[in-house]
Amino acid sequence: MATDTGPGTRTAGASEPPPRYSPNEMMAVVAARELHDGEIVFVGIGLPNLACNLARATHAPDLVLIYESGAVGAVPERLPVSIGDPSLVTGSLMVCGMADVFQYLLQNGRIEVGFLGAAQVDRWGNINTTVVGEYDHPVVRLPGSGGAAEIATHARRTIVVAKLSQRAFPASVDFITSPGHRYHGKARSAPALPGAGPVKVITDRGVLEPDTTGELVLTAIYPGVTPASIAHDVGWPLQFREPLDTLDPPTDAELALLRDRLDPDKLFLKG
Amino acid sequence: MRDAVAGFVHDGDTIVIEGFTHLICFAAGHEIIRQGRRDLVLCRLTPDLIYDQMIGAGCARKLVFSWAGNPGAGSLHAFRRAVEGPAGTAARRLELEEYSHFGMVARLSAGAAGLPFWPMRDYAGTDLPVANPRIAAVTCPYTGETLATVPALNPDVTIIHAQRADAQGNTQIWGLLGVQKEAAFASRHVIVVAEELVDERVIRADPNRTLVPGFIVDAVVHEPWGAHPSYAQGYYDRDNAFYVTWETISRDPAKLAAYLDTFVMGVPDRSAYLAAMPDLPQRLRVNDRTCAGVNYGY
Repeated sequence: MATDTGPGTRTAGASEPPPRYSPNEMMAVVAARELHDGEIVFVGIGLPNLACNLARATHAPDLVLIYESGAVGAVPERLPVSIGDPSLVTGSLMVCGMADVFQYLLQNGRIEVGFLGAAQVDRWGNINTTVVGEYDHPVVRLPGSGGAAEIATHARRTIVVAKLSQRAFPASVDFITSPGHRYHGKARSAPALPGAGPVKVITDRGVLEPDTTGELVLTAIYPGVTPASIAHDVGWPLQFREPLDTLDPPTDAELALLRDRLDPDKLFLKG
Repeated sequence: MRDAVAGFVHDGDTIVIEGFTHLICFAAGHEIIRQGRRDLVLCRLTPDLIYDQMIGAGCARKLVFSWAGNPGAGSLHAFRRAVEGPAGTAARRLELEEYSHFGMVARLSAGAAGLPFWPMRDYAGTDLPVANPRIAAVTCPYTGETLATVPALNPDVTIIHAQRADAQGNTQIWGLLGVQKEAAFASRHVIVVAEELVDERVIRADPNRTLVPGFIVDAVVHEPWGAHPSYAQGYYDRDNAFYVTWETISRDPAKLAAYLDTFVMGVPDRSAYLAAMPDLPQRLRVNDRTCAGVNYGY
């Protein structure tokens, strides 16, 4: 195991040049690499949106992007700021009403990958995008489910992106918006929960995956990151799967695409 | 618009202004604010800026929704101010009834179909049914499976914005369709607001594009740019810059009040609102991507 240099720090010394990529860029690149060409992906708002479009621009040109807004096979020529952007319609394979999206595509098992962002993720991969604090008197009111609850229910596998922090990765979330692998001690099972749930949680420093009990464990780290720094920001005793993978940094081509073409205004890459 | 809102939107009504990012009728929302409606039950999947403005203006008693953010840009701060705070201090001023998107779609589908509820495979392993006891369950009589249910939503009035409609309210839209068809058919009254008022022959030439027939529509309003700062596919682009600016405006109650004073209460109608922003047609101009027609002959 690498030497711990303290929570959240990198092994690079202060005198070295600044890193050639940001944690958000690495997270977007790792997320994009999770998608296989030709897969049918249900795209969530925020960084997932960027990652899916990066994948389509690189190794997965035949990725089928489906947005809950009703765009199927979208080929946006600009980064869609929202998941209802008009560029998702132009040139798409199909535009349907949302009743069709949620029933015929998602509930009927047609979606291979669901791709979600999260404000909080817990030990069991449960996702909170609803409230911090009590539901009736929240400290912070978050947007809510949108389509996330049904995406995490039905997509054959779900990939989650979230930045590491103690607040974002508690042992148990304040509110379960979207189902993970265990609900108040009860394991996830079909037919109520047909999909596999969150199979990867991609953070800004490493990747977590559920073990056989459904508990998220560390399976991969990014260059220059120590496992201990990740464990420090996770609210449960984080297990590591040995040997830990160290993932490749973004390529120059990936960085150029992200910075110059996909998100020049840093809508999703800020921070 | 003034007459349509005065005639069909009353204090205490349950109203739906639908349109998923696309075709959100801000013009109608602004007119409702101007006419001082109170105690409304506002229903929308994504409350968006329009319900944030209506909440900020004091129109709403309750919000029925599934995703309350500023799409792609941040938070809805008038909404957040109305629901955040520690127990015992700031009593929740806005009542909430919360679903997921599929739950809201299913509620309107039940309402449109004349059924009391809609079954769905959803909400297992989530706290949404704890937060909202109206999310219930039923045992399937054929498989024995437990399915979640949501109750029908039948609004007093639904307002939809469209690219074009005729004088009878036969309404055509293209691009993202959202849940407008379900909302319109579920509703007791329907107001259609259109970018273009066209002859019935235009509708009849392309009937597959019709979203709702005129016989379920109570009022038709011709209001170009009525969906700004949302967009109308093929007419004008989404004003993303305004959505980003809204983060700053809505975060500060004084700025929000000033915005409403200037752009809502301070103008008599939509044309005056547009006159205050003469750069819009150029800034939000769209490219042409027209499609070939089809042969409806037999």
